[in-house]
Amino acid sequence: MDFKRKDFIGLIDVSAEEIKDILKTAETMKIVLSQKNKKAPYLQGKSVILLFYEKSVRAKLSYELAAQYLSANCVEIVVDDTREEALFEMGRTIEQMGGDFIIMRSPISGSAGFLAERVNASVINAGDGINENPTQALLDLLTIKELKGGFEGLKVAICGDVAGSRVARSNIWGLTRLGAEVRIAAPPTLIPNNMEEFGVKIYYDIKEACRDVDVIMSLKLQEEESYGSRLASYDEYKDFFMLDGNVISAAKPDVIVMHPGAPNRRIEIASEIVDSKKCIIDDQITNGVAVRMAILYLLSVGKGLEI
Amino acid sequence: MKRTLIKNCRVISPECTAESLNSVYILNGKIEDIGDINAECDIVYDAGGNYLIPGLIDMNCKICEAGYENKDNLRVLSVAAAAGGYTSLTIAPNTQPIIDNKTVVDYVIQKAKNESNVNIYPYGSITKGCLGEEITEIGKMIGKGIIGISDNGAPVQNSGLLRDVLTYSRMFDIPVITNCLDKSLSDGRVINEGIISTKLGLFGSPREAEEIMVSRNIILGRYAKARLHLSNITTAFSAELIERGKKYNSELSAGTCPHYFSLTEEAAEGYNTLAKINPPLRTAADTEAIKEAIWNGTIDVIASGHTPADYDRKSVEFDLAAFGISSLETSFAVSYTCLCGENFGPDRLIEKMSTNPAKILGLKNKGIICKGYDADLAIVDFDNEYEVKGENFHSKAKYTPFEGRKVKGRVLKTFVGGKLVYDLQNNMS
Repeated sequence: MDFKRKDFIGLIDVSAEEIKDILKTAETMKIVLSQKNKKAPYLQGKSVILLFYEKSVRAKLSYELAAQYLSANCVEIVVDDTREEALFEMGRTIEQMGGDFIIMRSPISGSAGFLAERVNASVINAGDGINENPTQALLDLLTIKELKGGFEGLKVAICGDVAGSRVARSNIWGLTRLGAEVRIAAPPTLIPNNMEEFGVKIYYDIKEACRDVDVIMSLKLQEEESYGSRLASYDEYKDFFMLDGNVISAAKPDVIVMHPGAPNRRIEIASEIVDSKKCIIDDQITNGVAVRMAILYLLSVGKGLEI
Repeated sequence: MKRTLIKNCRVISPECTAESLNSVYILNGKIEDIGDINAECDIVYDAGGNYLIPGLIDMNCKICEAGYENKDNLRVLSVAAAAGGYTSLTIAPNTQPIIDNKTVVDYVIQKAKNESNVNIYPYGSITKGCLGEEITEIGKMIGKGIIGISDNGAPVQNSGLLRDVLTYSRMFDIPVITNCLDKSLSDGRVINEGIISTKLGLFGSPREAEEIMVSRNIILGRYAKARLHLSNITTAFSAELIERGKKYNSELSAGTCPHYFSLTEEAAEGYNTLAKINPPLRTAADTEAIKEAIWNGTIDVIASGHTPADYDRKSVEFDLAAFGISSLETSFAVSYTCLCGENFGPDRLIEKMSTNPAKILGLKNKGIICKGYDADLAIVDFDNEYEVKGENFHSKAKYTPFEGRKVKGRVLKTFVGGKLVYDLQNNMS
């Protein structure tokens, strides 16, 4: 087992071997999930605290169930304002109350890593600013592995607001490390600076980006107003970047289409695609729980907690 | 009559560089004679064969008093300055209250007289409240003792207003010191936009934010024939623009800070908030270009850029952390270590850190070691290599992105008006 960490902050510094360990463990967790009685004793007596500085429904539910399926005590804290109380003091408080895991989501890039350096509890990054959302990327990787068998030589197109998407960044670090060819399709204003230096190819034409690919990842656009002058309108965006039948026709016949959930239909992705068999949002959701169980389990082992 | 002698020193000054051992005779705070002197004196200091330089003059530092004494105050800062070889400091106007009227100027100058061992010269704000909207009463403030006007902390965005200020300032013969940042490109951005901002998922401030304002200010200064100084220059293209601009305006000058030629954006890796500085640290190509611009004369001034912040405000998440660096006590050694060599001797460095600032600020009798000049001096040992340690700083901001770096050029003693204000040996302050 190569995965020995106290915290899980991002995929940028995780090796291919570690990712494979996590995915393998997640497959075992899926067996737990398929049982009639969905309960494993691995985290019995441990406390998992969800510390969320952003609104979330799906991710929180996914983490909470993952913790409960592993028999942990699970509590959530939702804070509106990141400035209300210093993060490290919040972390210290949680620790003093016996928290073993802190699962944290925050609008500030680097905040999960910041907390991890200051507490003994294991910190899991559930999304920090525009930086990373590593478990969301892992569930994508698990889904790809199940459907495509592996990553070496796989062609993946990531389409949409890459600059504003932490999951896109986690996916880029993970996929490139596993040997996949990663392409990005987006308006230039929605692509981070110097992205090509991280080994991805950049396209402004979504159909070209999707030519002969095995996997298409569609990203969720944020609120229209939040883009300011970086985008003229949703309406114009859809003319150039909506994922529809025409775009998909350029890809491999067995292409799979992924989306992080709650898509903006008829803007980033056509309804006919969301509702087609190619789109595998449901698989992603199940795998999300399995991957989060795997991370909780591996961290508890890596840290040497008694199980 | 107070008579002081500094003996066994090698004098470095743009006007008189000597390798031979000399003595400097100081009478009533002024340099009276340089040479082989055997006059009777009240106090004699032995420089032990080390170099004597004109005291450094800082055109760009934050003193934080009044209003932000938690970060640093006059008393602490004057000690830190002396330890760094500085004998004169300017005060950026964005204190609280802001230096934008004659009453505040008066207060600051009186306070400085009582509490500071080094000379303190305030800048007046270009606009009232540093808001960039209304021009201040520059004339009244000059009457009370400002030596320049500056938009530190709030770069003027409105071109029409800056044009008026540059034009109006001509009748006073003072420098207009501008910081070049287009706020529509830099607001809310925390490091340089580039490979590191992408890697860390942080919002980057692009070079354009600086370069646009550098070029705008050069153009406005040219037609207004103003004494324009551009401070905090960080990018290669800014340096190119300045080189060109100087052909059209002989009164144009430019400055940078040591961190802009000795550190790159990579210093922020691992979300290191000590490297969160405004304007941001750039790339290796930029640091090389800035060095070149210093060597070839495009950049006239190296200022400390000292902008202390409470450590508490640095030990938070990167986005929330304060901008700033504690640099008064590292500026000289970092600059000497990075810049000096065969083609750029310590005498040239002194030009950038003392002589040119004195000229630009109109400080007569400073910046040179010469008969009749003020005895603002420092004794330095260029061969003394040491490790930078924030905990040893006199400034309240006891941290630095240079932590652990080996530098050469240690300040041993500092004199202001012939009076010893810092002595490394006794750690006197």
